[in-house]
Amino acid sequence: MTTVSSASPSLEGADSRNRLFGPLPDVSADAGYEEDHPSRVGFFTDTSVCIGCKACEVACKEWNTLPMDDANGVLGQMGMSGMSYDNTGQLGANSWRHVSFIEQSRSVDLPMPTIGMPGADRHDHGHDHGANAISPQADSVLAAQTSVLNAEALSEFDPQTSVTGGDGGTQIRWLMSSDVCKHCTHAGCLDVCPTGALFRTEFGTVVVQGDICNGCGYCVSACPYGVIDVRKDDGRAFKCTMCYDRLTDGLQPACATACPTQSIQFGDLDELQARADARLATLKSQGVETARLYGRDESDGVGGVGAFFLLLDEPEVYGLPPDPIVTTRDLPAMWKAAATGAAMIVGVVASSFLGRRR
Amino acid sequence: MTTPSSNGHPAADDAHLNGRSLDAGPTGNEPAGEAPLVAAAGGWHRAGGTDLTQPKRRKRRKGGGGWGSGNREAAMVPDAEFSSYYGRQIVKTPTWKNPEVPLYLFLGGAAGTSSVLGALAEFTDRPTLARNAEYVAGAAALGSVVLLIDDLGRPERFLHMLRVFKPTSPLSVGSYILSPFSAFTSAAAGFRLLELAPLLKLGTKVLPFLPALARFFPGARKASAIAAAAFGGPMATYTAVLLSNTAAPSWHEVHTELPYVFAGSAMAAGGGITMALTPVAEAGPSRKTALTGVALELFMINKVEHGHGLLSEPYHEGKAGTLMRAAKKATITGAAFTALLGRTRAGAVIGGTLLAAGSVMTRMGVFEAGIASTKDPKYIVIPQKERMAARKAGEAVAEDEARSVVR
Repeated sequence: MTTVSSASPSLEGADSRNRLFGPLPDVSADAGYEEDHPSRVGFFTDTSVCIGCKACEVACKEWNTLPMDDANGVLGQMGMSGMSYDNTGQLGANSWRHVSFIEQSRSVDLPMPTIGMPGADRHDHGHDHGANAISPQADSVLAAQTSVLNAEALSEFDPQTSVTGGDGGTQIRWLMSSDVCKHCTHAGCLDVCPTGALFRTEFGTVVVQGDICNGCGYCVSACPYGVIDVRKDDGRAFKCTMCYDRLTDGLQPACATACPTQSIQFGDLDELQARADARLATLKSQGVETARLYGRDESDGVGGVGAFFLLLDEPEVYGLPPDPIVTTRDLPAMWKAAATGAAMIVGVVASSFLGRRR
Repeated sequence: MTTPSSNGHPAADDAHLNGRSLDAGPTGNEPAGEAPLVAAAGGWHRAGGTDLTQPKRRKRRKGGGGWGSGNREAAMVPDAEFSSYYGRQIVKTPTWKNPEVPLYLFLGGAAGTSSVLGALAEFTDRPTLARNAEYVAGAAALGSVVLLIDDLGRPERFLHMLRVFKPTSPLSVGSYILSPFSAFTSAAAGFRLLELAPLLKLGTKVLPFLPALARFFPGARKASAIAAAAFGGPMATYTAVLLSNTAAPSWHEVHTELPYVFAGSAMAAGGGITMALTPVAEAGPSRKTALTGVALELFMINKVEHGHGLLSEPYHEGKAGTLMRAAKKATITGAAFTALLGRTRAGAVIGGTLLAAGSVMTRMGVFEAGIASTKDPKYIVIPQKERMAARKAGEAVAEDEARSVVR
């Protein structure tokens, strides 16, 4: 019996700091696991290399046998969202990976080297280096291929970034990001679950036990990211398990295994964090000023997350909350107010019995 | 394509050229510095112009909620610029059933106050008030249990609630309040029922030894009533924590005020109902409790409705706004009847009924407001952006101070 792992961090351990929010160096130990538990694992989703193929969504659906639903989470429906290539729409009980698509444009008023086909400036770039006089075309393709992962590809020479017109033209780009449960350090869903159905695994992830959940729906209201939801015909809550079943067998989660561009990277969380920091530094040095890590900061409102992201725009553009906090952070203040309120009821009623009759 | 607030300047780092205005409105061309919420992102904005980024505003039907619904004129806070993912909501809307859960909140409050009234009436020679308050508490508590179980996705697993105890889960704590509370209130009401001769006769058919125990009934009843009263206050206010300890922005924001709103509403309901049922000679405590409750509720609801800027807005708009206004009218009228005519039977009945109705509508209004705040991403994005900006400003000030100290 491991009731200890279904208790929230606030109950266990001698250290009283950071029980409800703030950095927590070892979430598994805090949930009651022995010293020799596996290290905390996570996802680093680098959206700068996501191509929006949705292999992660399909792999997840297949592996976890999730039922079909439409962009609004209606079971058994196949419907178009009517807004972009995104017909999954949202994370929920039946979609544990969700690739968001954002088509963006911007006005450009830059002196163009040439007016014409997208990528015409790439030829110039190639000529400067003068590497291949016979076939500059092939050279530019090579240059484009080798530069796929660099910042120029993202800002200027990306195949998805086209320039139309000379001055005052419009540039188009696509942002794609595979969203997933964040497996928070301080998980609101886990904190508020009254049955202990949600628990912290030895890998530091947060998982629902289907045989315990009684469908009270509290986790749905408590998640600051809108991840977990109740499946209508089933009545219980479902969300990403980070493929707990695969992890215990030494495999990677299905989505990370399926990702063809390594946009979804799975591994030990501290290793991923180091990798993400390096990636961000690279992008910044290449001039991608808007690149940022989301969920990496361990002093944020949820104590950092297990599944964090490299984004190219503000989080809310991707449908992520800009500054999420775990609701339980304020719970002591709430209990205090409730206790005072309860005392007031007793006090008021008692005093109403005093004084003259009638 | 046209982008109202993007004038095509090359200054890509200008925060105000990204054209992500969600509500350009008549004053779409704000001067720079008006909209600090939208940060620079290389001048990128959602393709297709501003109209696609705007949540679909359905024609406002009576009581209609939904995407950023409501009365634009009544909006307390001017719409700020913000971006979102196609106007879709960020947090999930609570799956709790309506009206089951608001009614549960109401019954919990009414039962909680009644149990305290009943226990004290037992010892102050007010037999009718004690009887009525105990019946009200017992019936409302049992009703609460039914509603709470009915709200579960898997009702047959209700007992899983008692599998663990977690102070971080208001529903877990609430289960450990509701269980003994409903047990003791129904015990008190049950012993009262057994004191009635016909019911005792009926009970004797099942349990032949009952008459032998009859002399213990009054004592057992009083003990149960006291035990129930111990849980009465928490029963009435824990439900506020239940709502506030969520990611629904308009519930969470008011987390230090909602318990007092619920306490006031509970006193108005419990006092009102017992006052309506009890002869005026014994109902003095009910009247006083109800009136104090109304004062507390109105004072605190004012803070909820006006003290939180954008996050107070859902309490004014749409279905929630209608309910909150109706609740206020019913509560104030009920309080007036209670204060002026409460010493007449008719006045007490009318006043008590209005107070109970006001309490029901307050709970429904608060419930609807929280639901509405989850459906529009602006209630998430704008306050969180403001919070980040404030934090950044605070850090800058602290840094400045640190520097001047060093100097």
